[in-house]
Formats: sequence, structure tokens, C-alpha cells
Amino acid sequence: MSQVREIETTVDELKHLFSDRAATGETMVLNMGPQHPSTHGVLRLILELDGETVVRCIPDIGYLHTGIEKNMEAKTYLKALVMTDRLDYLNNVGNNLVYCMAIEKLMDVKVPERAQAIRVLMTELQRIASHLVWLGTHAIDMASMSVLLYCFRERERIMDIFEMVSGQRMMTSYIRPGGVWRDLPPGFETVVADFLDYLPAKLDDYERLLTNNPIFKLRTQGIGYISAEEAVRWGLSGPSLRGSGVNYDVRKAMPYSGYEQYEFDVPLETGGDVYSRYRCRMREFRESIKICRQVLAKLPKGPFITGDRKVAPPPRSELGHSMEAVIHHFKLWTEGFSAPRGEVYVATESPRGELGVYLVGDGGPKPVRVHFRTPSFVNLEALSLLGEGYLVADLVAIIGSIDIVLGDVDR
Amino acid sequence: MELKTFVEIGLAALIKSALLAIVLLTAFAYMTLAERKVLAWMQVRVGPNRAGPFGFFQPVADGIKLLFKEELIPSGAERVLFVLAPIITVIPALIIMGVVPFGPPIEVFGYKVPLAIADINVGMLYILSVASIAVYGIVLAGWSSNNKYAMMGGLRSTAQMVSYEIALGLAIVGPILVAGSMSLRDITLSQTTLWNVVRQPVGALIFFLATLAEVNRAPFDMPEAEQELTAGYHTEYSGMKFALFFMAEYIKMVAVSGIGVALFFGGYLGPFLDTVGPWVINGWAVGSWIAGLLGLLYFSLKTAFFLFCMIWIRGTLPRLRYDQLMRLGWKVMLPLALANVVVTAVALALLGARG
Repeated sequence: MSQVREIETTVDELKHLFSDRAATGETMVLNMGPQHPSTHGVLRLILELDGETVVRCIPDIGYLHTGIEKNMEAKTYLKALVMTDRLDYLNNVGNNLVYCMAIEKLMDVKVPERAQAIRVLMTELQRIASHLVWLGTHAIDMASMSVLLYCFRERERIMDIFEMVSGQRMMTSYIRPGGVWRDLPPGFETVVADFLDYLPAKLDDYERLLTNNPIFKLRTQGIGYISAEEAVRWGLSGPSLRGSGVNYDVRKAMPYSGYEQYEFDVPLETGGDVYSRYRCRMREFRESIKICRQVLAKLPKGPFITGDRKVAPPPRSELGHSMEAVIHHFKLWTEGFSAPRGEVYVATESPRGELGVYLVGDGGPKPVRVHFRTPSFVNLEALSLLGEGYLVADLVAIIGSIDIVLGDVDR
Repeated sequence: MELKTFVEIGLAALIKSALLAIVLLTAFAYMTLAERKVLAWMQVRVGPNRAGPFGFFQPVADGIKLLFKEELIPSGAERVLFVLAPIITVIPALIIMGVVPFGPPIEVFGYKVPLAIADINVGMLYILSVASIAVYGIVLAGWSSNNKYAMMGGLRSTAQMVSYEIALGLAIVGPILVAGSMSLRDITLSQTTLWNVVRQPVGALIFFLATLAEVNRAPFDMPEAEQELTAGYHTEYSGMKFALFFMAEYIKMVAVSGIGVALFFGGYLGPFLDTVGPWVINGWAVGSWIAGLLGLLYFSLKTAFFLFCMIWIRGTLPRLRYDQLMRLGWKVMLPLALANVVVTAVALALLGARG
């Protein structure tokens, strides 16, 4: 038994975090969070303030530590899948996808065309849902409260689509190694098409409320500036990087799941401020809608999961008359499938940026190491740079603009 | 003292004060409900609907809840000031309406009773001075809480309210010049033919914006900016003391809307007042009563419209940043208000309306 020792922190140990002026009381040290309405979860910021100007901003994480990465090592590859849903709780399908892609790469499994297309469709819907939550929370951080509720109304429809497909609204675990859990239900295409027709008009409404709103512009333009070089140096990715004018999108740079077949642009803004990042994400909505429409238009027929019975379970209908199917079924649900020895890294574009997974197998049915390269974690690091020199009110806008999800930061 | 004077000034004022206090407190309670309902409708929600039909008893439930809540005083707080602060905040809010006429005078048993508690000749000065007192409550609350967020909220509100009071004061100079009097009754009556909002559009706009800042409403709700300062100056308050701050905010909303109506939107004036006013049936001055009620109705409707606008703005606009607010106050609104005063004065002098 390990003994829990009380950790005593003295003032001297913390001194290096702040400027000398803090010791004399010239500046104020303010603890913002972890219970604070606009730190997007349980982020704690230790601020050194000169009046209301931020002199130092130190993000302190770990309040939502779930131990998911470590836990996954104790589960079979398939069982560990359900934990990925709980990582970035706004990008559940995307987390499934990147993890399954890593397994598929490690085991060299071929994914059917149809499954690929469904995966793209689902992740793009998820991107829209995630950006909706971002938009709502970003707006309410600046006290534009109605947008939040409108965004959640729209997100609700995506949640309904997910429920229709997987039986779950958030923790779908829909994407499985080798394909997807089940085929799309009847009527799915019309529901999605309806939603895609409905959304653009609503997006126009939000843009009317925010994009050209003078107060919103005052609050976001020139705030939280980061240059292109700095952004690359800090390892930013996703819209936070593209807002500084760096053209890097994993979907274009290293296409996966057949993204190369679809036509879409990567929105770029050059301002490098909160407003540019906002504009980037607003345009990404439209690009995602474009991709979804293309997927719907040419959804290929065929199997939705690989026929490799060593990875994917046999269909229920086979269980009645095929002994082999029963054995595969039994093996898969008890021991699980084994992946060869080796290590892989797979990256995808999550709504927040480059979401990668580093997976190590040792020939057994359980991963030896799973590590997620999460965009929120890396983007959050830059907050101390982004926030310095701005006001407390700006800090709230900046946190919103890098779109962090604390489940994605602590894992 | 003569009986007539005693009745007209003393007794009537006493009854009217009590009535006004009750009306304002009720208005506060239902203002909270109205705000939640209107915001809910704007935001595709339902709003409170559990307590009574349409959530009608929600304010009662809220009041009871807050009454029974434990009142915490933080250990490092300045106890006396901590308790005093909400009281200092709420009293000006309650008495500020004292000089606003909300209807034409009515006749009771042959006595002429004006529908205002006091029609003093420096009414506008009274309003400005009373409004200034409320700042102390907020500053003291922020300072005595021994909380950094509260402190920042308190500091913000000092700067904000002091700066906007100047613009507010200058905005009301316009109507005063037009009416040639500081009494709100005279100002109201000067608008019989034309509302001041037409004669003083800039003044009316500045007044409305400045009152938003004065009562800490969105988009100028910096002192309590939830997203930045958790709850600003009343972070550490709970129970009835918190309710007092809340009460002050909403009563002030009602009060400044009422003052705005009196200054710029013709107060209680409206159609049919003069027609029904002189009606006398069997020696009873029924007409004055009907006119009084009508005036009250017009006044309430106009006030309600402004309150709705305040809620509407809250549901739509993002919040300004603190320094931007100050810039707007000093660099835009103050010069505009000054220019408005000069233009009004010169125009009046040229028209020869006042000597």
C-alpha cells in the first residue's frame, strides 16, 4: 500500500511561477477555476494580474484526470474502444475512428468502402455537433446567451441521428475495428439530408447575431494574437492553427477513410486572433455540410464491416447454422482478437485539431500502450502565451477560441 | 397645520409611499419572472412553469427559498459593511421613484391628490443624487467581501457608474431645458403636444444607454460579469442579503424605465385623458379617477416596453469589455451629450422659447 503523503507547498516553491512584483503585492494572484463558469469544464488558471491585465497565465490541469489511457491497457482491443468515447466528449465518433484506424493499421485489416463512407459521414456530423457546442459556449463566454441555446437545439438533431444509427446519443461506440457496428438504418439518408438542408439557414442566423456584430468584433478582433510561426512552434493544430494562416489539415495532408475522394476547402484566416479562429470554424461548418452531402450522394453499397472473422464478429444469422461462426463469436467476446507485435501512429483531424493515437501491441489481445496525442492538450499549452497582456475578459474569449475539452486534456 | 395641507401632503404621501413600495416590490418579483419567461421564449425554452400556472408563483417560491437560506458571512469579511452594503443598495432603488408622476391628479373627497409621492421642484436633482448613493453599496459589498472577484466587480462598478452618471446627467439636461423646470410633473406636462423623444432623440438614446450602464444591465453588466468574475460584487452573498441586491437591480430597472418614460415618452400622457378628466357624476369626480387609472395604465405600458427592451438586449448582445465601456462612456457618450446640451440651449434661445 502506498502511503498518501500530504503535499506541502510553501510560498518559495511557487515563487518562480510569478513575477517579482507579485511578492510585493503590486500584482494580484488570482485563482480562476477549476469551478468557474467559463473555463469549459474544470480547467484551473493561476493568473497574475496587474489591475485587470494578465501578466502571467498558468493553466493547471488534472482535475478531470480519468486514467483512460492506462485503463485501456487492461482491456482487450475491442473493450477498450468504449473508453475512447469518453475522452473528448464532443468528438466521440472521431475518437472511435482514430483508435480503430490504429488497430486496423497494426493488424493490417481492410475496411470496406461503405464503412469508410459511413465513417466520414459520421465524423463530419460529429464535427458539426462539436463546433455547435463550441459556438454556443464561445458566444456565452461573451454573454451572448441566446446563441448557446440555439446551438444546442441544432446539436440535438445530430444527437438524434446518432441515436438512430447506434442507439446512443453521445457514447456511440459505433465505429468498430474493421468497419462500423451496424449498417445505416432505413430512412437514415432522408433524416440527414433534411438536417443538412436545415442547418445553413440557421448558421446564417448565428452569423447575423455575431459575425458582424460590432460588440462581438470589438471583443474578438486583435485579441489572443498568435503568429503563424509561433503557432507552429507551439504545435497548435486544427482551426486554432488555421486561424493564423497555416494550411494544415490532416484530412488534406494525410487523407484517411477516403477523404481524398471528397471535394472540400480548408478554411484559412490570416488574422491569428480570436476572430480569425471564429471565422475559420464558422466556415468549417459549411465545408462539413459539403462533405456530408457528397457522401450521401455516392454512398457505396456493400458490406459495412470487414469479412475477416478474426476481427469482426459474424452476423447473428450465421450463428444458428455455422459452428465456425459460433467459435469466432465466442473467441471474440471472451479472449478478443490479438494484434501483432509492433507500434503504429495514426492521426486524424478532430474538430479541435490533430488527434493522433500511438498504439503498441505485443502479440496479445490487449494493447501494451495507448497514447493519445490530443489537440486540446497541445492547444491549451499555448494559452499562457495567448493570454498574456490581455484583460481577464479577453482571457475568457481566448479560452473559448482554442476550443478545449477538458476530457481531451486529461486522460 | 391646516387639515387640508395635512391630508394633501402628510396622509396622502404616507398612503402613496406604502402603495408605491408594495407596487415596486411586486414589480420586482414579477420582473424576475417576466425576464425569465421572455428570455425563455427568445431562446426556444419554456421558462419557469412548475409553481402555479405559467410559473405565476415562481417569485413567491424564490422569495421563500431565499428567506430560509443560510446567510453566510466570509471569515475575512468586514462584518458591519458586509451587512450594510445590500441595505445601502436597496434603499435608493426604492425611494428613487418618489418624484415620478405616474398619473394625473385625482380628486378624493374634494381634495386634489397628485399621483406622485412628492412633486418637488428639483426632482431631477433628487433622482441623480439618489442614484449615486447606490454605487456605495456595490463598492462596499465588493470590498467588504474579502474576495478578489468581488473586489474586481466592485472596482469595475465604481468606475462604470461614476462615468456613466455624467452622461446620464447631461442627457436629462435636454428635457429640463425644454420644460424650463426640474420638476418631473412639469417635464411630463411639457410633452402634451410632442414627446421629448422627438425633440431630443440624441438625449433619449444617451439616456437609455446610460441607464443600462447605471443599473448594470447587459451589455454593460461588467460588475457582475458571470463569465469573468463568477458573480462580481455579490459573489459572497447568500440568502436574503443576496435577494436584496437582486431586488435593488430589478427595482432600479423599473425605476429608471419609469423616469425615462417621464422624461422622454410623455410620462402618463396619452389619449382620452383630457376628455374623461372633467366628468362629474352626482358631484363625484369620477372622471379624475378614470383619468388617473388611464394615466397609470399608459405609464405602466410605456415602462413595460422599456423593460422588455432591456430583456431583449440582454438576450441578443454580447457584453462589452470593461475598457471599451469606459472608452464609449468618456469618448463617445459624454461629448455627444455635451453637444446635445449646447445644441438644445442654442436652439431654444434662437426660438425664443425661454428668455
